[in-house]
Amino acid sequence: MNFIEARKLVHEYFRRDEEGNVEGITTALDQVDLGIKPGEFVAVLGHNGSGKSTLAKHLNVLLRASGGTLWVDGKDTLDENYLWDIRQNTGMVFQNPDNQIIAGVVEEDVAFGPENIGIPTDEIWERVERSLKSVGMLQYRGHSPNKLSGGQKQRVAIAGVMAMEPKCIVLDEPTAMLDPSGRKEVLDAVEALNREKGVTVILITHYMEEVTGADKVYVMDHGRVVMQGTPRQIFSRVEELKSYRLDVPQVTLLAHGLKKAGLDIPAGILTRQELSEVLCRLYGEEGKNPEDTLTG
Amino acid sequence: MSMILDKVNYIYSAQTAYEKQALKNINLKIADGEFIGLIGHTGSGKSTLIQHLNGLLKATSGGIYYNGRDIYEEDYSLKELRGKVGLVFQYPEHQLFESTVFADVCFGPKNLGLPRKETELRAFAALRSVGLSEEYWYQPPFEMSGGQKRRAAIAGVLAMKPDMLILDEPTAGLDPKGRDEILGQVAAMHRELSITVLLVSHSMEDVADYVGRIIVMDQGSILMDGAPKEIFQRYQELEEVGLAAPQVTYLMHGLRENGIPVDTGATTVEEARESILQAFTKAGKLRQ
Repeated sequence: MNFIEARKLVHEYFRRDEEGNVEGITTALDQVDLGIKPGEFVAVLGHNGSGKSTLAKHLNVLLRASGGTLWVDGKDTLDENYLWDIRQNTGMVFQNPDNQIIAGVVEEDVAFGPENIGIPTDEIWERVERSLKSVGMLQYRGHSPNKLSGGQKQRVAIAGVMAMEPKCIVLDEPTAMLDPSGRKEVLDAVEALNREKGVTVILITHYMEEVTGADKVYVMDHGRVVMQGTPRQIFSRVEELKSYRLDVPQVTLLAHGLKKAGLDIPAGILTRQELSEVLCRLYGEEGKNPEDTLTG
Repeated sequence: MSMILDKVNYIYSAQTAYEKQALKNINLKIADGEFIGLIGHTGSGKSTLIQHLNGLLKATSGGIYYNGRDIYEEDYSLKELRGKVGLVFQYPEHQLFESTVFADVCFGPKNLGLPRKETELRAFAALRSVGLSEEYWYQPPFEMSGGQKRRAAIAGVLAMKPDMLILDEPTAGLDPKGRDEILGQVAAMHRELSITVLLVSHSMEDVADYVGRIIVMDQGSILMDGAPKEIFQRYQELEEVGLAAPQVTYLMHGLRENGIPVDTGATTVEEARESILQAFTKAGKLRQ
């Protein structure tokens, strides 16, 4: 059974004028179908305003569907009775860590979630320690979050979600404000969570490089899912991605350019190791230059 | 006409448990018309440094000289400095507040005490410079896309007619196309308005295509200062301080180690493509 299942999910916003009269309707999600299995690592790509964040907010019922159905962990999100259950099992991490941290001390901030759902004190401390350790922030447990850098704050925010021990974690551009090493730390932490604890991960991002390790990629445009597949399938369609204001990893773009120029490179190269291996093989091959192939 | 920093130090929360030296002995000269990328990992002191450049933070010790004048002199007008050195913060669109884009852009020059006509002329010019289409000028800023809002916010700073424009992560949170558009626009403003631009960024890929000089910061000090090609050759050092060279730099070094004679100085996809094709053609592995 899918952990997240959406059928023809629709979300409409009413635009209102100053008197509150409806001026028009914006369709932020338009007939979205999703099927995400437990334990999958799924990436969602799309330009600004494509509906990614609206979708994320549906996954833990911060928003409700105007049409269609969304089941999370087999529970219909339109059913009020499941609200808290779903939220507890689907943790959210947002772009700006400053909006997510509330306590004056790091460990108290991480403890806030489990405390609210009545976890016994001893276990709260265990969870706090485990979560902070998994994001590499244990040594900052006694610090004030205000004094941390953006990347450190974001890792604390993720620890706060992990302390709830959710089955699924939805990250809405968690690395947009971080430097390369901060991005790597956050991604490594998220990938470890997925691999070692089997947590379902839904990562929304603008960084194409972050997507290469995902099991599945959805591309959104104007509220619709316009492409889906493995990273290799998605990134072999360079021109189509560009038409959705997106890009491909630098290495994929380079491979694409070399292939166009006549080198025998397979489509959908994702990493520089792959490209390096292919180029070295092509370069090292004896007597395989095109004239020989033609005459032989 | 330049900005000179002489042995600038800055200490946050001095004499408390959280005392932290954010800037250590910074010596820096920025000449007129330069396009500079300021790079460093989170917490390396970039934001602290740029807030010194327009006097929002005052150095704990050391001096800053703008166009030959000490900005810490008693009779120096910091207000005037802030009009000359425009600072666009991260997520500047959060600072939009007026009922229309046009009114928002007028806010800065209006506060300088300029007459209405001059204010509006400047607003028109600024909105044109950022490439925001006229249909949005009299719309509420809140209904525009992220990239458009950011342009409106940058126009608000441009309307102050700064000699120097500092942008703190202007592409954060934008989609790839939006990134290219904003950076392309900044490069065009640098060219056409001949203003000095200081671009703060995490992304080597972003700055590699645009800037003429890169300053790398680490732990409050300037670690490297030079042309992009020189900086990226030192990619191992960059990694040690939590940064990275563009992906193609690594690829090119790897290929060279494996005996393919490519140019390791290539920093963009285009340069790398040319260099690889050249190597393959020379070796007779690619038919023209």
